[in-house]
Amino acid sequence: MFNQLHNKRSLQLVMGLLMGIIFGFLLQKGGATSYDVIIGQLLLYDWTVFKIMMSAVLVGMVGIYFMHQRNMIELHIKSGSIGSTLIGGLVFGTGFAILGYCPGTLAGACGDGALDAILGGIPGIIIGSGIFATLYPGIKKHFFPKGEFGKKTFPELFGINPWLIIVPLCIVMLVIFLILETNGL
Amino acid sequence: MSSKHKQQIGWLILVILGLFAASSSVFGEELSEQIMETEEAASSWFLRARWSPYIAGIGIGFLSWLTFLLSNHPLGCSTAYARTSGMIEQSFKGKETTQKPYYREFAPKIDWEWMLVVGVVIGAFMATFSSGDFSWTLIPSRWSMAFGDAAIPRIIAALFGGVLIGFGSRWTQGCTSGHGISGTLQLAVSSWLAVVCFFIGGIITAMIIFKVLA
Repeated sequence: MFNQLHNKRSLQLVMGLLMGIIFGFLLQKGGATSYDVIIGQLLLYDWTVFKIMMSAVLVGMVGIYFMHQRNMIELHIKSGSIGSTLIGGLVFGTGFAILGYCPGTLAGACGDGALDAILGGIPGIIIGSGIFATLYPGIKKHFFPKGEFGKKTFPELFGINPWLIIVPLCIVMLVIFLILETNGL
Repeated sequence: MSSKHKQQIGWLILVILGLFAASSSVFGEELSEQIMETEEAASSWFLRARWSPYIAGIGIGFLSWLTFLLSNHPLGCSTAYARTSGMIEQSFKGKETTQKPYYREFAPKIDWEWMLVVGVVIGAFMATFSSGDFSWTLIPSRWSMAFGDAAIPRIIAALFGGVLIGFGSRWTQGCTSGHGISGTLQLAVSSWLAVVCFFIGGIITAMIIFKVLA
């Protein structure tokens, strides 16, 4: 569906910009571009980031699987392995707490006027990506193949209908939201 | 789009709106208050400094439908920084850069995701400027509570954290958007593992920084 639209390169760049504006607007309004909010989440006293991410996941998941089952969209699943996803994820998490922003909210924080993001975070993330690009062949060879599980989704992994995961997951998340709200978190 | 699809999408949106309308009554006063005020004065609510995180999250969820449908692309941010890094390196070293294995897979050029990240900067600015809250800040308040107002330590920490984020997001092949939102909503095994690792790493490090060091 919309294949012709997907192939219009210049138009897609404009759409990327427009969707980014909406994304940044929502991240800022939700509070996720704030260092204090992100650190509050990592110190477990402010659950804003969790609420934003999980309500996005709930709404997104229902629509994406609905459209995917009708061949309206393609999924984009990333491959993973213990050597890549787990180790990289822990390095990322460490940086997440030291910087206090993630790549998306870092861009948002720049728009928010956060000078620590502009002067420290942006140069840092560009340098870090550059170092990785240089070391990539070695890391790809030695770490990425360790404990590989490929481009799999949970419904594929268990061989079940995706809605058997989506519906219970929605219920569990709504219960968690309810617990957070009733406890004033 | 066939009329059958349109009808199905219409139903889906109705069901979801209904679900959230129903859940809003459960989720305490904040959300229902906001919805009531939306009806009364949509514009003043729109310009509020902060929205309910659920509203922001639901909006991002809807946005992800559009990115898949209209752009065949999940929301993601971190690869854009790697491409930027490549573009900067390329301006110094030229062809040598584009021949690196990494940049052969991820060409150092402007793409959809790169424009998305530029959009995030603009969108966040529009949000904070329109509510009249824009200001330049150097030291976040939670940082200054623990480590004081000196600029250099915070900039160095941000720089170092940024390096780890850049390095880690390439290693795990995604970030809090690409894995944390787009990957998890597709129920990808790699993305759920990644997001758990992001928060385990982040929570442990934050606890060490603010409970042990500070």
